[in-house]
Amino acid sequence: MSEITPEVREGHWSKTKTLTIITLVIWFIFSFVVHWFADSLNSMSFLGFPLGFYMAAQGSLVVFVVLIFWLAYRQNKIDEEFGVAEED
Amino acid sequence: MADASSNNTFIDNLPKIYGMYTGGFIVFILLMAVLEQVGVSAEAIGILFVAFTVFIYAGIGWLSRTMQVEAYYVAGRQVPAVFNGMATAADWMSGASFVAMAGGIYFGGHGYLAFVVGWTGGYVLVASLMAPYLRKFGCYTVPDYIGTRYGGNSARLMAVIVLAVASFTYVTAQINATGTIASRALQIPFEVGVWFGLLGILLCSMLGGMRAVTWTQVAQYIVLIIAYLVPVFWMSNKQDFGLIPQFAAGDAVARLKELEELHQIGTLKPLASVVGSEGFLKLPSLVKLHSEAGTSAMDAWKFVTLVACMMAGTASLPHILMRYFTTPSVKAARTSVAWSLFFIFLLYFTAPALATFTKLQVLDPNLATSIIGKSFAEVQSLDWIQKWGAVNFLQIIDGNGDGILQINEFFMRGDIVVLATPEIAGLPYVISGLVAAGGMAAAMSTADGLLLAIANALSHDLYYKMIDPTADTKKRLLTARILLIIIGAAGAAIASMQLTSILGAVAWAFDFACSGLFFPLVLGVWWKRANRQGALAGMFFGFLAGTLYLIHVRFLGGAEWIGIDHLRFGIIGMPVSLVAMVVVSLMTPEPDEETQKMVDDMRIPKGETVLSATH
Repeated sequence: MSEITPEVREGHWSKTKTLTIITLVIWFIFSFVVHWFADSLNSMSFLGFPLGFYMAAQGSLVVFVVLIFWLAYRQNKIDEEFGVAEED
Repeated sequence: MADASSNNTFIDNLPKIYGMYTGGFIVFILLMAVLEQVGVSAEAIGILFVAFTVFIYAGIGWLSRTMQVEAYYVAGRQVPAVFNGMATAADWMSGASFVAMAGGIYFGGHGYLAFVVGWTGGYVLVASLMAPYLRKFGCYTVPDYIGTRYGGNSARLMAVIVLAVASFTYVTAQINATGTIASRALQIPFEVGVWFGLLGILLCSMLGGMRAVTWTQVAQYIVLIIAYLVPVFWMSNKQDFGLIPQFAAGDAVARLKELEELHQIGTLKPLASVVGSEGFLKLPSLVKLHSEAGTSAMDAWKFVTLVACMMAGTASLPHILMRYFTTPSVKAARTSVAWSLFFIFLLYFTAPALATFTKLQVLDPNLATSIIGKSFAEVQSLDWIQKWGAVNFLQIIDGNGDGILQINEFFMRGDIVVLATPEIAGLPYVISGLVAAGGMAAAMSTADGLLLAIANALSHDLYYKMIDPTADTKKRLLTARILLIIIGAAGAAIASMQLTSILGAVAWAFDFACSGLFFPLVLGVWWKRANRQGALAGMFFGFLAGTLYLIHVRFLGGAEWIGIDHLRFGIIGMPVSLVAMVVVSLMTPEPDEETQKMVDDMRIPKGETVLSATH
């Protein structure tokens, strides 16, 4: 196993941080912002549901599931790009 | 399963093994349906369902027995991502999720969905901030990580204390739930049911530790998800809304709106004050509108603060984090979080549909099962009204004396909605038995994870790392098992006193955990400058502030500050924890070179774990 240089570490960590921040921004919107405006969103409808209710009952949940799969996929790509992924 | 080679074939054959198990369970359900047709009593079917499934779990627990430290604490670190996802989902979905959540939505409507959002979104924090890094660290327990990252026994001890308080609060609620279900299904007194439940829980965990708990949790997930989905699919199709209930629920919600107007829900106030079976616990009648969100900023604030506490709590609860220590790699830990949430999602996005359809069964005059607006005598003669009324879980009182049941004359405990739904909807009794088995699986699997988290922290961190570092493997594992029994017995003893309703206690566990542990855990990975003094201050002051606030609003009758009640005290604890940790860290010297290197290594998947494999 070759030694990992500080430059590689830094590059890897900086990309990881960016990915984490993007993830957390999306998370924040669907955890808090959307539900703060639930009452206004309820005037619209989706699949027959009032939209604000829908987001809390199903919408945000779907986003979270997709978001974590996407995060895992992206992070694996970053690890491979910098050659710091685990050997199988 | 003892030696390495047979172990590998076991892992390779997992899909086949659990596929056969699922098939076997379905055959069992069909067999019960046949027995019901030939006239076997409802009670006998209920007993068979619960006894059979608990017996299977105990069998798996016995087959997974081990005397190896690595297997006992982290299941040998070879649980594949998808199976760990299922185990985590069972670990996660407690009696509260399975039994109480749909009931909460039934009575609380939109406001209650904060739990649904909080208990799913928390996994985004687990995946992005914690799980892969803690896996790379290679610890056995959460205090193991805190103790090594920050160094010193004081940090380790403080983490053990927070963990024990949070998890113990939670586990009593789970043992309470197993007791309730066992007593209903097996027709035994609640106090006996609690100890029966504990026996089942210990059989799953004691002999094989984390390894046994992992494989029983996968089995329990399969039972609980089948048990949750079947009645909802059945109702959706019976009520002609459509094949897939989660998509059909939109029309059902719209229909509910019309009925709410018809029955004047929201305008009629309860016509009596009814005391339920737990003495001080009031039975509610339905007063909230189903899909209406509050219009004030305070309503929105209450929603998001509850979401925040439940999410941060999710990411700090040790029995969840330690599940990701069992995966074979960092990459698998990441994928495993995604699978966990997927399996949890299957139940959580069904819960609102279940609440909606059950409510329709009760309210819609076009359905034969409806009771609101029917004559009092007619409703009184229904089987399920009599059965649940006899144990004081529901009551009907003709408050205005007109002989007709109005919505404000029907009182019911929220946490029986799921268990009673098959009877309310007039489904065959085999479905009731199935749901009871599912609830039992949910409560047992969570209790197992929690008990193991506490016992492992005490045996590994307190006993082995702090009291007797020279103890040999045999002594360590014996201590772990004795602690498991003691803690379980203490939990059962407290559960049999029934101190609070199931849900109150569950929310507290999340608040305790996020007040004390969230920032020390996150900053340990994300802020190299964080040091021991800071972590100690963060854990101590966060936990203290949260606890004092809880005592203030809950037990001393103090005023709530900007709508923060006892369910949300993490909102007080977390900022205190963050500020204390940052300020104290900056005031004291930065961590030594070795610790900083440790953090660097944790951030890179490649290479050896930070702690050696057997420590």
